[in-house]
Amino acid sequence: MNPSISTARKSEVNHHDAKFHATSYLKFLRLAFRLATEGTWTFYVWMLVLTCVFLVGAHAWATQVAEGMVVTGMTDHVSWGLYIANFTFLVGLAAGGVMMVIPAYIYHDKDMHDTVIIGELLAIASIVMCLMFVVADLGRPDRFWHMLPFIGKFNWPISMLTWDVIVLNGYLLLNLHICGYMLYKRFLGETPDKRWYVPFVFLSIAWAISIHTVTAFLYCGLGGRPFWNTALMAPRFLTSAFVAGPAFIIVVLQLIRRMTRMNIGPGSIQTLVAIMRITILIDLLMLGSEVFVALYTGGAHSTAIKYLFFGHGELKALVPWTWVSLAFMLTAAVLLMRPKVHDHLRTLDIACMLAFVGIWIEKGMGLIIPGFVPSTLHEWVEYIPSAAEWKIMAGIWAAGLMVYTLLLKVAIPVFAGNVSGKTSGIGNQTK
Amino acid sequence: MENQPTNSGCGSGCGCHQEPVDRGGSTRRNLLKGAAVTLGAAAFAKALAPLATWSRDNLSVDDFLQQHYRELDKEQLAAVLKHLEEDTKKDYGADVTIGDHRPQKGVKFGYALNLSVCIGCRRCAEACHHENNHDRVTGNSYIRVLEMQKGSMDIEHGNAHYDHPVPHPDKFYMPVQCQQCENPPCVHVCPVEATWKEDDGIVVVDYNWCIGCRYCEAACPYHARRFNWTKPEIPKEEINPNQSYLSNRIRPQGVMEKCTFCLHRTREGKMPACLEACPTGARVFGNLLDPESEIRKVIDNKRVFVLKEELGTRPSFFYFFDE
Repeated sequence: MNPSISTARKSEVNHHDAKFHATSYLKFLRLAFRLATEGTWTFYVWMLVLTCVFLVGAHAWATQVAEGMVVTGMTDHVSWGLYIANFTFLVGLAAGGVMMVIPAYIYHDKDMHDTVIIGELLAIASIVMCLMFVVADLGRPDRFWHMLPFIGKFNWPISMLTWDVIVLNGYLLLNLHICGYMLYKRFLGETPDKRWYVPFVFLSIAWAISIHTVTAFLYCGLGGRPFWNTALMAPRFLTSAFVAGPAFIIVVLQLIRRMTRMNIGPGSIQTLVAIMRITILIDLLMLGSEVFVALYTGGAHSTAIKYLFFGHGELKALVPWTWVSLAFMLTAAVLLMRPKVHDHLRTLDIACMLAFVGIWIEKGMGLIIPGFVPSTLHEWVEYIPSAAEWKIMAGIWAAGLMVYTLLLKVAIPVFAGNVSGKTSGIGNQTK
Repeated sequence: MENQPTNSGCGSGCGCHQEPVDRGGSTRRNLLKGAAVTLGAAAFAKALAPLATWSRDNLSVDDFLQQHYRELDKEQLAAVLKHLEEDTKKDYGADVTIGDHRPQKGVKFGYALNLSVCIGCRRCAEACHHENNHDRVTGNSYIRVLEMQKGSMDIEHGNAHYDHPVPHPDKFYMPVQCQQCENPPCVHVCPVEATWKEDDGIVVVDYNWCIGCRYCEAACPYHARRFNWTKPEIPKEEINPNQSYLSNRIRPQGVMEKCTFCLHRTREGKMPACLEACPTGARVFGNLLDPESEIRKVIDNKRVFVLKEELGTRPSFFYFFDE
């Protein structure tokens, strides 16, 4: 950790007894609570809007549990839809944050090091959303405890879903530990002890790869679904995650630069752009490769891809999604090629938004739905998400954005060293 | 950051750089915060109200805490069965008997279907619908009959939605139901062991343990599994009262279900409902371990095949042609 904060330099002795932590950690939590609940009118309005959207989603979900999943657009033919689509995409967003962690910790990129917590907190918020989408997809959320190891029946190691439960919750805990430890140390004005974070950071890098790999294995391990049954799925998942993650973070970094006094060096965005420029091209290459194999060979593997791009007779529900996604991705790839695109922020922001939406479609509707259309007995039943599904989706995104906003609201001032237990006499500074 | 004065605030625009305000302002703000939290909590409770109503009407503490079927001892199971019978009376007004039919020793069930004589009348699907207490609104059945183009064995050319007199001279018919695989992908993927393969080869679901994630439905290559998208609707007088915990009792909302080769009948030595309904005798059912059984004779003497053999699922459901 780079001791760039003057208060951090002063304290070399970090040994405290449990009693010290018991009081100071409570003070830390109190400060966090205050930082999270006080802000400008923009902040209050933003949170109010998110709360309203969340409540609409919560009500739609409660209705879905009560009346059954008949309120969704899903059927026995297309038995996963918008929820699992968003879940898959968000696992990628969570893994995408690692594209900040690697330059920060392995290559000691200073600008990245100062901003890496923004990626780590994004991982936390994304995993929270993932777990919410899984719960939204359950027909019997009241039986959630059946999935808990030891208490319920955990079909590990044969069920890939149990692996996903482990890796997603593990990733959540890892990032909570890393962020929580760093912030607490900053709050105390002390230099973080490497033994308490470096091993966890390296573990989290490998773990980030694992969450999207295991999520790909959920689908590509199913022999009965030819569209999913491709070894390219895990690499494609990772590559697209390393487009969508950096795209989101680039926009967030600019917002933070504009709205707070946090020091966002130019290096972070430059590095993320460099990563995106490559990953988006690899992603398009792999897409082209899959389309070629399917269409040139024909047969069972080609049916779903043909449906995805051209429809099947009158059935064309996915065609607009697919072409919008492809157009967005191609445009984003071209825009990112502009020399010094990191200096042309408008071009960069458009590219990031296009890439983000493009991947959201590709890793969502474009991935989950063609796995079911046509069905395993070759029946053609289309899927259109219902109003309830859109509401629940919006509610979960609102909840995730709330979590991310609050985490940033606490982390930015603490991480920047503007508030701490040493300088403020805890709490007196902020009224 | 070092150059910034320490009293510049947190930088997140939270107002902490402001001069300390008077006590009155602080109290007012706390009051406002308290009011906002109360309002938010009330709105949240209101939003989740359908959940409270549903759990009050449908979820007792016993339901919530019930253990997995295979963990229940005799007394617990008897209590569960009694409770389920009472629930059926309460919800549907019907008097039913819910038994617990266990696999017989030395039995492994197999099914064979003669494609030369099947005429595609779909009476098997209809019999299944009634026998297994399926939802009347959707007309659900565990059997789908595909109308196949002569000259191809590829179900890509099958059609489950034909609507004309049968048999059509250019077609043949292929009913598909659970293949009771030796290597069942649906069982492997279940995260909570709510579905498993019994000793007599039947793949069953504990409807009271399933969490409704539908991973098994995605994994099955034969479209053999169904989800209860809502609470099944059946008129009282149409309910089949001879029920079993693992097979045809009326399923709860939000869980998976599937063909069990009518284990409530077959484990008592009877034939499955779909076989009894078949007007052409296309269906052959029996014990694969008995060398004298009819099913063994078909497998030993006919040229049989299984669906999607290349997937390695090893079905216990066989198809054959006469000539």
